[in-house]
Amino acid sequence: MDLNLDAPHSMGTTIVGVTYDGGVVLGADSRTSTGMYVANRASDKITQLTDNVYLCRSGSAADSQVVSDYVRYFLHQHTIQSGQPATVKVAANLIRLLSYNNKNMLQTGLIVGGWDKYEGGKIYGVPLGGTILEQPFTIGGSGSSYLYGFFDQTWKEGMSKEEAEKLVVKAVSLAIARDGASGGVVRTVIINSEGVTRNFYPGDTLPLWHEELEPQNSLLDILSSTSPEPMST
Amino acid sequence: MVVVKRFVLQVHRKSDMSKAVVDLPPKGGFSFDLCRRNEMLISKGVHPPSFRKTGTTIVGLVFKDGVILGADTRATEGPIVCDKNCEKIHYIAPNIYCCGAGTAADTEAVTDMVSSQLQLHRYHTGRESRVITALTLLKSHLFSYQGYVSAALVLGGVDITGPHLHTIYPHGSTDTLPFATMGSGSLAAMAVFESKFREGLTREEGIELVCEAICSGIFNDLGSGSNVDVCVITKGHKEYLRNHQMPNPRTYVSSKGYTFPKGLTEVLTTKITPLKEKVEVIEGNDAMEE
Repeated sequence: MDLNLDAPHSMGTTIVGVTYDGGVVLGADSRTSTGMYVANRASDKITQLTDNVYLCRSGSAADSQVVSDYVRYFLHQHTIQSGQPATVKVAANLIRLLSYNNKNMLQTGLIVGGWDKYEGGKIYGVPLGGTILEQPFTIGGSGSSYLYGFFDQTWKEGMSKEEAEKLVVKAVSLAIARDGASGGVVRTVIINSEGVTRNFYPGDTLPLWHEELEPQNSLLDILSSTSPEPMST
Repeated sequence: MVVVKRFVLQVHRKSDMSKAVVDLPPKGGFSFDLCRRNEMLISKGVHPPSFRKTGTTIVGLVFKDGVILGADTRATEGPIVCDKNCEKIHYIAPNIYCCGAGTAADTEAVTDMVSSQLQLHRYHTGRESRVITALTLLKSHLFSYQGYVSAALVLGGVDITGPHLHTIYPHGSTDTLPFATMGSGSLAAMAVFESKFREGLTREEGIELVCEAICSGIFNDLGSGSNVDVCVITKGHKEYLRNHQMPNPRTYVSSKGYTFPKGLTEVLTTKITPLKEKVEVIEGNDAMEE
């Protein structure tokens, strides 16, 4: 098996952004892979752009870090110049401008989420190519393929904060169970008028899905006590 | 008053080689004469030398009072070990050091460049350098070269905001971690860290764990070997422990020694051929104008 440690650092990833009544919840896994090796099993893919706007990153780690650094800088200037906190729409559009104008060189899918006093909680998806789409919820990353059906069935308008966060954690943990490039812990960020809350759910607190085993120290502990039948010729 | 003298000492070998003299005037522009020769060599199976890489195991961890960096000391050129005791822990600032894996020239050049940039920055600001500054300078440089500058770094240091440890990948992405490994031996070293690391190690425990991780790389990875270098950085103090462990000593040493005294090789004949006529430079009367 070729590990290919020289492969560019990519975040296999599952990222999720969901609006609820009063704010937004952003969620992500924590696995960064280099080829087949997990380079960072506890990365933080939800980065801060301003006090009230956060960004979920997926795709190339380098590209997404550079885009978020630039946009954070522009938003800081914008805040100083306008005298008030930047709106989520402005942040998302800055992300979109960078993504679209450099579409040939960048490979990163982003989800912008936040709360401002004009529009309330908003989620904007900026996938590969640089489209901008305002949506009540959005998913991204390689693990998102496994979540389209789940969200179609489970999503509903006007959830409470607890319901929304539970939905996000369940979604990310389902994707982690099925996507090899997603794993580690589930991180969530809740943004509303009161402020920002960061939460962290280690792997062993997540529910177990179909055919998943409980974490063990050694698999020898759970092997059946009866010895296997000898093969008959 | 400088006398320019050039001559060659030629020892006659038993078979006399015929002398071919080519008298062509020098042409301008590029000369592609050697390209045909290179193609011929490649077709015969002679490959050009590969560039020098540091196969490497480099590690870093954060302990109670600061950070500890560790590295092996083998530099390879393809399958050959070209340097058995190279230095992979580079100086960035008095309170910041950086281990480098990948192409040796790239890691040296990029760390030297950032080190000078930081020194100028220190003169400008009048303050101790911060690790995050070095991180941003390194990551922007590497990103702008889109991964072609093949430098994978473990950057560690202690500044006014506390101890920091970062990994930087050739494409420009960075991670901030409590313990990190890079290089071809990173998997072996990471296995050691994952089983034995915990928060709040003491200095002795930290150094021992780092040495164990590097040794794991040295003995289980072909691209890493020789000795263990360790660098301990704490608030206001740093210790560069060069060759802290040397688990690969030279086991056989010839009793006769390895130097060859003069006179061991028989000289048959000696012929001195001056390449150019002796040129005498006489100092002119008029000195050069300022």
